[in-house]
Amino acid sequence: MSDDLINIKVNQKEIQVDKNLTVMQACEIAGEEIPRFCYHDKLSIAGNCRMCLVEIEKAPKLVSSCTMPLMEGMSIITNSEKVNAGRKGVMEFLLINHPLDCPICDQGGECDLQDQAMYYGFDKSRYKENKRAVDNKNMGPLVNTIMTRCIHCTRCVRFATEVAGVPELGMLGRGENAEITTYLEQSITSELSGNVIDLCPVGALTSKPYQFKARPWELKRTDSIDIFDSVGSNIRVDSRAEEILRVTPRINEYINEEWISDKVRFNYDGYYQQRIDTPYIKENQKLSISNWEESLKFLKDKLKTLKPLALIGELVDLETGYAIKKFMSNYGKDNVECRTDNHAILESLDSYRFNTPLNDIENSDLIILVGTNPKIETPIINHKIFKAYNNDAKVFNIGENISLNYKTEYLGESLSNLNDENLIKALKKSTNPLIIIGSAFLNKIKNIKTIKSIFSYADKYKVITKEKNNLNFLNPYASRVGQLIIGNTTSNLCEPFSNLKKDNFELVLSFGSEHIANDQFNNCFKVYFGHHGDDGAMGSDIVLPTPLYTEKNGTFVNIEGRPQEAKKCHNPIGSAKEEWSILKKLSDELSFDFIPNTFDQLRSELFDKHPILSDYHEIIAVENSTSIIPDIEFEDCKAEYPVSNFYMSDVISKNSVTMAKCVEEIISTPSLLEKSA
Amino acid sequence: MSSNHPGLSNNFSRSGEKFSWSKDNLRSIKNIISKYPKGREQSAVMPLLYLAQEQNNNWISIECIETIAETLNMPKIRVTEVASFYSMYNTRPVGENLVQICRTSPCWLRGSNKITKTICKETKCEINDTSDDNKFTVVEVECLGACSNGPMIQINNDFFEDLDEESTKKIIDNIKEGKPNVIGSQKGRRSSENA
Repeated sequence: MSDDLINIKVNQKEIQVDKNLTVMQACEIAGEEIPRFCYHDKLSIAGNCRMCLVEIEKAPKLVSSCTMPLMEGMSIITNSEKVNAGRKGVMEFLLINHPLDCPICDQGGECDLQDQAMYYGFDKSRYKENKRAVDNKNMGPLVNTIMTRCIHCTRCVRFATEVAGVPELGMLGRGENAEITTYLEQSITSELSGNVIDLCPVGALTSKPYQFKARPWELKRTDSIDIFDSVGSNIRVDSRAEEILRVTPRINEYINEEWISDKVRFNYDGYYQQRIDTPYIKENQKLSISNWEESLKFLKDKLKTLKPLALIGELVDLETGYAIKKFMSNYGKDNVECRTDNHAILESLDSYRFNTPLNDIENSDLIILVGTNPKIETPIINHKIFKAYNNDAKVFNIGENISLNYKTEYLGESLSNLNDENLIKALKKSTNPLIIIGSAFLNKIKNIKTIKSIFSYADKYKVITKEKNNLNFLNPYASRVGQLIIGNTTSNLCEPFSNLKKDNFELVLSFGSEHIANDQFNNCFKVYFGHHGDDGAMGSDIVLPTPLYTEKNGTFVNIEGRPQEAKKCHNPIGSAKEEWSILKKLSDELSFDFIPNTFDQLRSELFDKHPILSDYHEIIAVENSTSIIPDIEFEDCKAEYPVSNFYMSDVISKNSVTMAKCVEEIISTPSLLEKSA
Repeated sequence: MSSNHPGLSNNFSRSGEKFSWSKDNLRSIKNIISKYPKGREQSAVMPLLYLAQEQNNNWISIECIETIAETLNMPKIRVTEVASFYSMYNTRPVGENLVQICRTSPCWLRGSNKITKTICKETKCEINDTSDDNKFTVVEVECLGACSNGPMIQINNDFFEDLDEESTKKIIDNIKEGKPNVIGSQKGRRSSENA
């Protein structure tokens, strides 16, 4: 270890740092902040903005610290007159062509250039020449461009190529004529494209939906969780009064790093469309406006006589799930179901979660995608696979021959293709293989033996060893892992949803699950608890408004089994009430046993019952399953992918205008990658 | 000036015709690619752009870019970046004869202004323009590396050096009439020997 450390001096302060760092990183460790535009932790080093100049003793000129490797005994000076003058010069050059339009720029107030110009800028320009003007470019429905503001740091170009894996952005021309553009000004086809907005250090790339909406200092920041896929990306919800104006990522190196998907970043306009804002009761085949008193009384009377079943939707938090379970226990066992897509599981946690920690995916050298399309189901996981691919990992695909932003070897459409000769050969050579079983197959499996066979297969080819478990189960829903942990399912058999016995219940309570509209519930009395009016609400007899995830506190367990909290950002729309309080009221009237009086009591009761969930941000530890069976046998089932349209996979994004524009402009026009393939 | 240098524009256009490599070029491409290590075929983008330009009447169309990207298995935007960076890849159609007039100091001191004027007059087009009969496109360029023989111009692949107004007019006239020209010094010098 000491071999890797070298002694350097930063502003005469002696420190020991890793010799593989750059001068800039060493200065950061020493506590010196270095201004920069083009350098970014997650991207390759470009060194073209020249803002990070520092003085190194014995070097004749200032050097750009982001590109300079360290050497033993190096003495770095970051605060001398010379350094200051150098940076001032660079800043003056950067501002030659930068427009003075901060007052009408969306980046104003959170702009790197603005901030650094406060330190290194001159009060007046010495240039009399005209500033250059650049035509704005089309980059699709999400990214707004004002290219005159661009300072050519090329962060966006590197992001598109290295992180998003869509080499569609580039810098054309040179010198005064340099321009950033997409190829022929087509829309960016990545699910992560919104991140270029955060990366852009100036106001050249900004958010189209957020254009001219607010200034950063007016916004209230609320920490939350992305619930539109199962990754649980950390987000920050920015709101003013009772309206969410934008969503940006929070850095979490274990999960989403600095990126979030376009869906959660831009579908917030859907939060306020088609909202159920008041209770409805069906009269003469038509839903008519009611009030809480009337609707709850009606529901209470039904609950007295009819035997209920509860369905749990894809966006439901843990506390709600627990309250539902508690309420339903008054009617006996096995009457709550979250696996409305027939998701096959075994009893143990490691049979329905992503067992490899997400930031370990990149270390794998062989990845087998079985019935999953990570690109549209979980873009963040897709990015991690892309990282592994760039580290020379081989990627195999079983299911449909999907197009991804990296090369895969297609093996066939059935589970038994896991026995493919080439694959077995590669598995035997591989040191760190990883299997991802997706919902496309999991939802179709009819025989529990198949799941056990997958475990045995993983065991046989060292995907599961004593130290690690790289057999992963991927479903795209934010609620699923948590609801399964607290046991919200009717059985441990396959096809639990199709097997629900019609005679056993007469009333269905759907908590945001659109599956209530299925034919199998035609003869039941239907109650829909939810926030968006879609098929589920339309066909129900009572509709009760509940808040969105941004309108209440809630816990979500992400796909790798990491509980995280989404915090309340503003009050619910209309007269929506939290699910637990509705259930509490019903239990009181039905004289059921339902103790919690407040949300906090409910949460602490949940944590008492399931202590593993109380440790926020830590992955729940489990022992590897030992359900190994001697003969491996895969049943024949046809893959059916759970998400077919990335921009419209749930009730909220279906109601978002921005997402509708994405479908029109990005999906409807064939992507560049498909054309070139 | 009505427009800019055809090699310094970032806007590419379609020719409307499919571009596929000629047999000769396919052979050259194979040879060129073999000079680079396996997996580094993209390094051949510049010679391929040159071949494409030669085959495509001296300009790079979107079809050329897409064919090159396919040949070298690289993103189209990367080819576009290279083609737009270098001024010698023309991004729009040019006349049959691309007349490049050197305007850098040595040629300018020896009277390149007059040469420019003569050429514009004789070809009836402004700088950066193409003549109506599509015979000539005239552009000003920086040093072409024949300073000791200035003033000089380059027409397509040939240098014409030691020019004066008269010899320049003659060269243009010869081209118009389809007559052959003497390449190199117009004063009978061999390369750059003492005059």
